[in-house]
Amino acid sequence: MGKVVVVTSGKGGVGKTTSTAALGAAVAKTGKKVALVDFDVGLRNLDLIMGAERRVVFDLVNVIQGTAKLSQALIRDKRLETLYLLPASQTRDKDALTEEGVAEVIARLRSVFDYVFCDSPAGIERGAQLAMRFADEAVIVTNPEVSSVRDSDRIIGLLDARTMKAEQGELIQKHVLVTRYDAARASRGEMLSIDDVLEILSTPLLGIIPESQDVLRASNLGAPVTLSEPINSAAKAYLEAARRLEGEDLPVVVPFERKGFLDRLLGRRAA
Amino acid sequence: MSILDLFKRRTSAPVARERLQLLLAYERQSRGQPDLVSILREEIMAVIAKHVQIDQDYLQVSMDRGATMSTLEIDIQIPNKSAVPLAMAG
Repeated sequence: MGKVVVVTSGKGGVGKTTSTAALGAAVAKTGKKVALVDFDVGLRNLDLIMGAERRVVFDLVNVIQGTAKLSQALIRDKRLETLYLLPASQTRDKDALTEEGVAEVIARLRSVFDYVFCDSPAGIERGAQLAMRFADEAVIVTNPEVSSVRDSDRIIGLLDARTMKAEQGELIQKHVLVTRYDAARASRGEMLSIDDVLEILSTPLLGIIPESQDVLRASNLGAPVTLSEPINSAAKAYLEAARRLEGEDLPVVVPFERKGFLDRLLGRRAA
Repeated sequence: MSILDLFKRRTSAPVARERLQLLLAYERQSRGQPDLVSILREEIMAVIAKHVQIDQDYLQVSMDRGATMSTLEIDIQIPNKSAVPLAMAG
């Protein structure tokens, strides 16, 4: 049975889709079978980030409504044969997804794939709740910024209340992934530090993705950053985060700015 | 506390952190409960409506949260009888 991981945040524009693509590709690189599911019905973008926008024929809604088979809708990645994408539809009908339909699709994906990554839409409405509904684990993407941290806290509350696992009295494993981290600004006290974010959210850290131009370049090119430029700092951080997600006990090193003499190198164990 | 610490206090991140901690402490507490202010507003409106006819817009209920104490502000405007047609016309 595969593991279902929801990538969520509450707030939009913090890097859910980018992180889904980067983490999914990183796990698939290790030989695991990975499916990426776009839950952002009406505003799909995972296909674009994955460079598969011209190969979309059927989508998640088609599968749920029975107009296409799951195998027809899954798009196999051209670079990694263990990586698949199930795109969202562009329909404007918000009720296109049903809980029963999503349950069935997730159950079938779970039986075939080692990992199923659910890319959540922004917000806390139905779409976001369906994306997290059947998850075993959650990656909460957070920017070190007040509104993002507040929304993450709200999403953590939802994960603990509205997921199937939570309703059955089980614990859903949650991890915070801090993205767009600027070490120089944090060290000058202009940006919330990793310590601040973790203390406020009291949730273990999966990784810190530094603010990087490589991320934008990768999305311009339609390739997950972990595939296109694996030696870059953001890609490395994603690759390490993926290893932690797979259970490896790998310490998180907080990026620091070498220029300032006050800056310290902080080591941290991932929980 | 060293001089460096004092200097650090002037930066914005500690302010962000404090604001978040205060806000989230409140939000976590009230999570899952229906919105208190809108319940109060509805019930106050119902009580007043028994005796005086007023428009929804003439009742303002707001809550100002503080660290140790919160203030509930209720502002009800009851138009004079002669002013009602004017207000309605406006």
